[in-house]
Amino acid sequence: MISYIIRRILYVIPLLLAVSIVCFVIIQLPPGDFLTAIESQLKSQAGLSEEESRKMVDEMRKTYGLDKSMPVQYLIWIKNIVTKGDFGYSFGYRKPAQEVIWERLKWTMIIALSAHLISTLVGLLIGIYSATHQYSLGDHLSTFLAFIGLSFPEFFTALVIMYLLVFRFRVPHVGGLSSPEYVLATWNWAKFVDFLQHFWIPVVISGVAGVARNMRVMRANLLDVFRSQYVITARAKGLKERIVLYKHAVVNALHPIIAYQGVALPYIVQGTMVTAIVLNLPTTGPAFYDALVFQDTLLAGSFLLMVTVVLVIGNLLSDLILAWIDPRIRYD
Amino acid sequence: MILKNERSRKKNSFAEPVKGEAYIQLVWRKFKRSKTAIIGAILVIIMAILAIFAPFFSPYNPLKIDHRASFSPPQRIHFFDDKGKFHLRPFVYNLKLELDPQTWKRIYREDTSKRFPIYFLVRGWEYKPFGIPCKLHLFGVPKGGSIHLFGMDNYGRDLWARIMLGGRVSLSIALLGAILSAFIGSMVGTISAYYGGITDMILQRIVEFLQSFPQLPLWMALSIAIPATWSSLYVFIAIMMLFGLLSWTPLAREVRGKVLSLREQEFVLSAKEAGASDARIIFKYLIPNCLSHIIVILTLTIPWLILAESTLSFLGLGLQPPMVSWGVLLQEAQNLQTMGRHLWIAIPGAFIVITVLGFNFLGDGLRDAADPYSRR
Repeated sequence: MISYIIRRILYVIPLLLAVSIVCFVIIQLPPGDFLTAIESQLKSQAGLSEEESRKMVDEMRKTYGLDKSMPVQYLIWIKNIVTKGDFGYSFGYRKPAQEVIWERLKWTMIIALSAHLISTLVGLLIGIYSATHQYSLGDHLSTFLAFIGLSFPEFFTALVIMYLLVFRFRVPHVGGLSSPEYVLATWNWAKFVDFLQHFWIPVVISGVAGVARNMRVMRANLLDVFRSQYVITARAKGLKERIVLYKHAVVNALHPIIAYQGVALPYIVQGTMVTAIVLNLPTTGPAFYDALVFQDTLLAGSFLLMVTVVLVIGNLLSDLILAWIDPRIRYD
Repeated sequence: MILKNERSRKKNSFAEPVKGEAYIQLVWRKFKRSKTAIIGAILVIIMAILAIFAPFFSPYNPLKIDHRASFSPPQRIHFFDDKGKFHLRPFVYNLKLELDPQTWKRIYREDTSKRFPIYFLVRGWEYKPFGIPCKLHLFGVPKGGSIHLFGMDNYGRDLWARIMLGGRVSLSIALLGAILSAFIGSMVGTISAYYGGITDMILQRIVEFLQSFPQLPLWMALSIAIPATWSSLYVFIAIMMLFGLLSWTPLAREVRGKVLSLREQEFVLSAKEAGASDARIIFKYLIPNCLSHIIVILTLTIPWLILAESTLSFLGLGLQPPMVSWGVLLQEAQNLQTMGRHLWIAIPGAFIVITVLGFNFLGDGLRDAADPYSRR
């Protein structure tokens, strides 16, 4: 067991190294960089000649180490991350990349976790209802709705909900996390109400698919468990249906959903990304998108690397937890 | 030889039916019973026909620009004229552009003075299926009239025609991507399990490596790396390859598990004893036995790729105009004000939802049917 854990952890180190190289290379793939845009800006707006602007930009490249070859740039980047926790400079925001990400991580997590929590709870409840009322009208309806929920592209759900709110229900302001008049206000009751009015929208949009998925998983598992012998035994010995359901069936049907929580985090974060871009939320998703579009290389690379590392470590943890709780897993 | 060829042995005995046929019959019987699966199959077939024969179903050229008709709304099909008289042949009224005298807003009103009956199988704009010039279209109205069932876009292009054309692109990119992914996935899975040892080790490490990336951010980063100077065809191929090369890992794992149990079974061992080559065993014995699995996953990969393509294109990272796909068409709906005034530009979204729903129904039905011996 101990050797299995050590082996798993040692194996993750080369994986992380490979992953970081790929992240860096992918982000560098598009031709040009942020400074190319600055160069054309200098030419068109500051009225510098071609030679002058190139000279200026070349100097900037030297300052930021962008004149070096890609492998050298990578080594510097990864060295600073490991030794100083410094992910590099974001030209778009004019501050270190990690600061941009940390600032936005708070709202990302709040929205993502709320969406995840609600979608898990609602999905489980509907799943239990569906499985206990198999082939009833409610079961058919919720199964059908789950299919519909899985068939909506997230951005389209966002568009539809925004349209309905603005043009049907005449909500004065949609998008972001607060109305313009409250952006600079200090927290008070009115601002809080305004915040809630904005907050539920991304939570619902990014939760829809999750509800559908959890509901389907729960329904299928519970129906499987209902056919197992210990449930038949429990019923045969005359236990109340409620106890059979909640004490025997549901608890065991939950296993796959619990196992999923170990790797859920990166999926939750990327799940709210498209919604956040459409609604223009102050989260990491839109920052990553802008960084990609405007070639803010290190910011985009840092975000991609962070999500990947979280995914790798989450996988590692859920493997270790499964090995710990399930004695049937072999360690060789 | 007798040992190796199990099927021919079975063909000779009268008691047992041929294994393959019986299996397909069982699958079909079970598939037929599921109403959602049938609905899904019908939806998918309709969408496929609309996409394949897109120009035939579009009375107008999807690329023709008419600035004067920018954002003209969908025309309604009538059976009753303004006097309440019934006409067996459905007809449309032309739209007349008026300006609101106070706000200067453009208002389109139906001009009820002249009816334009809808005729079927009419001649219209020329298109070239396989290089043969053709002018036949399913429906159209006489000269002087127009029939824009889904209205016009920003540049005054017929949205109905653009949706048909976009369906072609969206469906084919997802289908080709899914086929590529199914091919790679089944090959890697089979080879990994059949050869085992160091091959298996290396292939599994590759699978794990690919699975350690978060999908959406990775796809976004890779698709923005496709140079903007590439032609539409190259961008299409690049996105298709991206989908195919990055989505095969779940299938590879599943096929590997299946082949691991198959390779110890008698019919494979006997084939090996009879001296069959590795390639023969893989393509003749192992892959056919995983085929039901592969087809199910292929069917479920397609809707997933349709969603991915539309999301990337909507965000401006995937296919780019002048290419037309459902996601590209929805770029116009990015601006909420535009969408609020011209709701019909969101219709491509409905096509995405219906198609994805159809594929999900179909795939789910196939998955249940592929295992006809289970009780469910």
